[in-house]
Amino acid sequence: MRPLTEEETNTFFEKLSKYIGENIKLLIDRQDGSYCFRLHKDRVYYMSEEQLKIGSSAAGESLLSIGSCFGKFTKSGKFHLHVTALDYLAPYAKHKVWLKPSAEQQFLYGHHIMKSGLGRLTEDTEQYQGVIVYNMNDLPLGFGVAAKSTQACRNCDPMTIVVFHQADTGQYIRDEDTLT
Amino acid sequence: MAESMAGGKQSLVDTVLSQTEDQQLRTTNVENEELIELDEGNLLAINENKTDTKDFKKKGENILLSLTRDATQALFNSLWKIPVEQKDGAYLITLPEQKTWMPREKPVPKKKAPTKWEEYAKSKGILNKKKSRMVWDDQSQQYKPRWGYNRANDDTKDWVIEVPDNADPFEDQFEKRKTAKKERVAKNELQRLRNVARTQKKKVPGIGLAPTEQPSKDHLSKALAVAHKSTASIGKFTDRLPKEKPSKFTGKKRKFEPSIGNLGNEKEKQLKVLDSVSKKVPTINVTKAANRMLRQDEEKRAQDKQSKKTPKKLKGRKASLGLGKPGRQGGGNKKTRGKRKR
Repeated sequence: MRPLTEEETNTFFEKLSKYIGENIKLLIDRQDGSYCFRLHKDRVYYMSEEQLKIGSSAAGESLLSIGSCFGKFTKSGKFHLHVTALDYLAPYAKHKVWLKPSAEQQFLYGHHIMKSGLGRLTEDTEQYQGVIVYNMNDLPLGFGVAAKSTQACRNCDPMTIVVFHQADTGQYIRDEDTLT
Repeated sequence: MAESMAGGKQSLVDTVLSQTEDQQLRTTNVENEELIELDEGNLLAINENKTDTKDFKKKGENILLSLTRDATQALFNSLWKIPVEQKDGAYLITLPEQKTWMPREKPVPKKKAPTKWEEYAKSKGILNKKKSRMVWDDQSQQYKPRWGYNRANDDTKDWVIEVPDNADPFEDQFEKRKTAKKERVAKNELQRLRNVARTQKKKVPGIGLAPTEQPSKDHLSKALAVAHKSTASIGKFTDRLPKEKPSKFTGKKRKFEPSIGNLGNEKEKQLKVLDSVSKKVPTINVTKAANRMLRQDEEKRAQDKQSKKTPKKLKGRKASLGLGKPGRQGGGNKKTRGKRKR
């Protein structure tokens, strides 16, 4: 377990800022205590100082998980977000997508979102902007990347993909063995 | 006379024997023999007879001497019970198995460290198959050793080699075989040395860059890094290309901050990084601007549409394209009349 290097922090924040923009600051600079990001086995974990102190007494090899996992660095140095970060992304989301009840299940099974399943969408979402996906009751279901801008969405036909799937809460069941 | 002589001699021997038995020769009897533990294999005797402390104070060392004598006597008594054989005028006995196990004089020899291959084979569960030493040699019609002097199927003794398909006909196949063998031997020697270095926990020397037939991108950048450094001043004054990235193969180790350090400091650093990340976002967003333009166009068109809908009379093409009232049909010229509208 170690803090992120500057380069790693850069790629990590760049990815996070696609979803929550400058709200990352609220994750780093918290009023209710000091929190930090730590890298462990190529995964980034977000934890409080107390958790860090307890966890650092464990041997690195035997430590499976600590705090909540935000995602992992790939071998080529890119960063992938995991569903486990959803709890921290959803409250600060900049761009949101609401799903019709009929499309909810499809998304939770790991499919992309088509225009037919789209309930609402934040105004002026750009193409390839990270979006948080909600159902109509404002329950966060996952996140993805806008395949089309809001403007382009208006004119496309119902079967075109509007949001690329990245992570959904169904993964808690599907990828139970790999999520940490 | 003879008888008397004999009788006299006998009595003499008896008297001498009785005298010596009493005075000069000591007895081989041992008291409390059952308390003496014997281990003939190690020529060891342990006397467990107890001594009185009062006695010990009085007699001192003599008691110890007598105890030792008893034990030794008991040992030799039992040794003489073992069958004796004579060889070249010497008496020999074979000692039985030892009962007491002695600790080793020297430490147990260390196991030979496994080679890299042995480690790999163990992890993969590869077992060594025993091969016979002798192999049938077809040419000489007899069994010959698998390797070494006068070995079977020796390809160095070939007097002709077939040129393989797609091979350069002017290539010396004998030479090729020889160099291949030499390279194999050299590789094996290098691996042996590496194994030795690894077991002695010394740094394994690199061999630099071996030439390959298809050098990869990584190989090339390694070669560049090596070439940079291959000057008298270890590359200190080597010119760099204008946009050259620092090499990955500098040999420098990465250094990380401690896990539990100054969290406040860390937070500041992260905020700084965050600042630089947010600055990267361009102030003029091209797609956003384009989208806005598209939207404006759309709105304008929609307004135009509505304004054009108000006039009642629509003639010709416009009516046929469905811009007119939905109830009206059969407009346009002869060609378009009666055709299905989209």
